[in-house]
Amino acid sequence: MLITRKVEFSASHTCWNPALDSAANEAVYGAEANPNGHGHNYRLEVTLEGEPDPVTGMIVDLKEVKQVLEQVIVGPMDHRHLNREVPPFDKVVPTTENLAVEIWRRLQPRFERTPGRLKLVRLFETDDLYVEYEGR
Amino acid sequence: MPQVTLTRRYRFSASHRLHTPLLDEARNFEVYGKCNNPYGHGHNYLLEVAITGAPDEATGRLMPLAELDRFVERVILEAVDHKDLNTQLEEFAALKPILVPTTENLAAVVAARLAREWPAAFPASAPRLEMLRIHETERNIFEVRAGPPERSE
Repeated sequence: MLITRKVEFSASHTCWNPALDSAANEAVYGAEANPNGHGHNYRLEVTLEGEPDPVTGMIVDLKEVKQVLEQVIVGPMDHRHLNREVPPFDKVVPTTENLAVEIWRRLQPRFERTPGRLKLVRLFETDDLYVEYEGR
Repeated sequence: MPQVTLTRRYRFSASHRLHTPLLDEARNFEVYGKCNNPYGHGHNYLLEVAITGAPDEATGRLMPLAELDRFVERVILEAVDHKDLNTQLEEFAALKPILVPTTENLAAVVAARLAREWPAAFPASAPRLEMLRIHETERNIFEVRAGPPERSE
């Protein structure tokens, strides 16, 4: 059975690779390449997989899931500039793809020994753009 | 390299009428209900296109989003946005009136167009088409796995 918890965080970023020239950056990233940065209300869906405990009827304790998400994702990322304040995005371009993979890497160890294992992260950068990562 | 799936949403508005000459008038009305009204009606459709692959090491992107947007615009949106699907979308018009523009059939037509045009538009190293989903209304949603690319050897 799958269970999904949603959280939101607001952050600014800029998508620019200094190894590429301006024309290449603008071709790849479009408006995301604005050097002064811009922001999004990111929406994150975290899906765990497991079976309901026969006694509690719950796959996981959602309070604990909420705490982990707060500690690992929302705390460090909400109202931050990703490039300047959230490693590894001082070195890695904070595209939606890279951010989804980084979120997986931060969460996966926290759900390694819990009854509900991390199955999927789905990160909405806007209503019209989202990325899913299953750790593969 | 991590394999991620990126989904992009697009919108188009189009009209259609659901009616098949293979059934009589009464049966058409039974099957299609209001969608059988003789003069047609329209929807604001929402199209989701999902692609899967490894983000490029330099850019961190599966592909430039503007390239995906231009592709979907050229192959799909230009053909359907503010059009009448029964008379103006080639696949329905050519087979008219046999292929009914239900959103099931529209999803199959869109999937076939994307799969047909993808290999010519993007190199073999590009991400693959994964899935497309069409929301006819907020309550009616149709999803198909994208077929394998028709790439010639």
